Amino acid sequence: MKKIFSRTESLCEADTHYCSGCGHGLVHRLVAEAIDELGIREATIGITPVGCAVVAYNYWNFDCVESPHGRCLAIATAIKRLQPQQIVFTYQGDGDLAAIGTAETVHAANRGENLTVIFINNAVYGMTGGQMAPTTLIGQKTATSPEGRNAKNDGLPLKISEMLAGLAGVYSIERVSTDSPKEIFKTKQAIKSAFKNQMENKGFSLVEILSACPTYLGLSPLESMDWIRNTMSKEFPLGKIK
Amino acid sequence: MRNQKPETRNQKILLSGNEAIAKGAIDAGCRFYAGYPITPQNEIIAYMAQHMPEAGGVFIQSESELAAINMVFGALASGARAMTSSSSPGISLMQEGISYIAAAELPAVIINIMRAGPGLGNIWPAQSDYFQAVKSGGHGDYHCLVFAPASVQEAYDLTVLSFELADKYRIPVIILGDGMLGQMMEPVTAEAAEKPQRPQKKIWAATGCKGRKPNVVKSFYLNMGELEQFNLKLQEKYQDIRHREQRYETFNTDDAEIILVAYGMMARLAKKAVESLREKGHKVGLLRPISLWPYPADILKEIISRQPSVRFLVVEMSYGQMLEDVQLTVNGRVKVDFLGRSGGGVPSEEEIINRVRRIAG
Ligand code: SF4
Repeated sequence: MKKIFSRTESLCEADTHYCSGCGHGLVHRLVAEAIDELGIREATIGITPVGCAVVAYNYWNFDCVESPHGRCLAIATAIKRLQPQQIVFTYQGDGDLAAIGTAETVHAANRGENLTVIFINNAVYGMTGGQMAPTTLIGQKTATSPEGRNAKNDGLPLKISEMLAGLAGVYSIERVSTDSPKEIFKTKQAIKSAFKNQMENKGFSLVEILSACPTYLGLSPLESMDWIRNTMSKEFPLGKIK
Repeated sequence: MRNQKPETRNQKILLSGNEAIAKGAIDAGCRFYAGYPITPQNEIIAYMAQHMPEAGGVFIQSESELAAINMVFGALASGARAMTSSSSPGISLMQEGISYIAAAELPAVIINIMRAGPGLGNIWPAQSDYFQAVKSGGHGDYHCLVFAPASVQEAYDLTVLSFELADKYRIPVIILGDGMLGQMMEPVTAEAAEKPQRPQKKIWAATGCKGRKPNVVKSFYLNMGELEQFNLKLQEKYQDIRHREQRYETFNTDDAEIILVAYGMMARLAKKAVESLREKGHKVGLLRPISLWPYPADILKEIISRQPSVRFLVVEMSYGQMLEDVQLTVNGRVKVDFLGRSGGGVPSEEEIINRVRRIAG
């Protein structure tokens, strides 16, 4: 009999701690499947962030290094420079990559480090209890923007992918979503090609993934999908940015 | 006997303290350096920029000290010997990373060529980062090994030793120097260069899980009780280090009635004062701590039990930081006096002599 599906080797047999409808578990799987399909599990080193995904290493079945908040790309830079034959990727949330770690992000990109960046944008801080993120939408209510984000006080949502695309050191940037099976399929392809770029020494590749945090959006998992499709992706348009 | 070619091995080379530290690191097998420029340690980063690539290692000028220490974190997680260097304000920025490195039990070497603070302060020599170095400047219950060289040769030797001990105990090691040491030129015998170090393989490093179970380098312990267990394990390690790694030098302490306690470059000035005072018949000696953590408490206690009427005079380029460790060790059993200046001022030989005379009555 032809085998058409088997257990993803890059995933451990574990229950995740994520809330129902959370995008993290889904994206962990996509990353793991991409790694399996490329046959690079034993060469991969993942850098996990501070945030809800800090213990992603409990779910992934390959080497990982847990980073201080925002410093993933400084750590990844050193690991890749010392082990250029290995595949190094960071998995970062919006606070990690686009607030506290902005300097590390911009400079790793500008140096053109040959790395793969999985950037989870869910427009809110999950782990600390639903505070405003750099990517929170105007009018979006959070624990620290109780009346909704206000451009005058908080600035506009930070489009770090568009910013980074302007740097000569960056090879590829794509924004994808997890709001439907079709988009999830595209996300998987984007992740896979960001890893392939690294394998072919093409340089800095980032995949921004619009992902759901139903808990702090105050929506059901299904409503969260609608929100990403109808609201969030208006502010953060999908597609290849570079 | 046949005439031999001149030996290169014991030949001395003239280096500044900063260069000796950088050379010592490369000779000890350090193959990764990241740093951000700051005076008065710029010779280290410049030396590394030139010589690290020659040694087949990686040099990165980072965007900040925060990035530098985290790059070092990544390099250590890869299993390499790695180092960063900075001066006081930059070391303050690195405290986050140092805490994480201590928690992940990674073997870092961190150089602090101190300048005067607080704040931007100025670039003159000081010893006012003692508390930060020995009392763990970042968050959490941790320690770094801390060494204070008092000559360029010792700066070289202690750097080599730091890499050995960092690996042995899986602990961050800080070399605490000052701008005087960093800039001063002295002849150095670079012995480690002749016996290249071969750091042992680090089975815990993140190198790809081929042929083994995945490794995780981390510092997060969420489950109740887990962190306490881990911290107790760290404490056991620190206790072991306290027993084994106290280092110091004594000078004329055997019959001394007054013993100066000073470290680093301050100890060299204090030694001169001791020599002058001895010539005039004063029974004065010097205790020079080389390891600041662990503090060489055992020798202090030994001196007190041997000479219960001894008095200590702590001399520092600060307003009394190491003083607290001396007081803690002495615990009121003998008198402890203090002489210190900070902000670029250095207690002079004359000031030390005058103070000793006053104490001696
Ligand atoms: S808080 Fe949000 S991001 Fe965190 S696990 Fe829950 S749904 Fe996911």
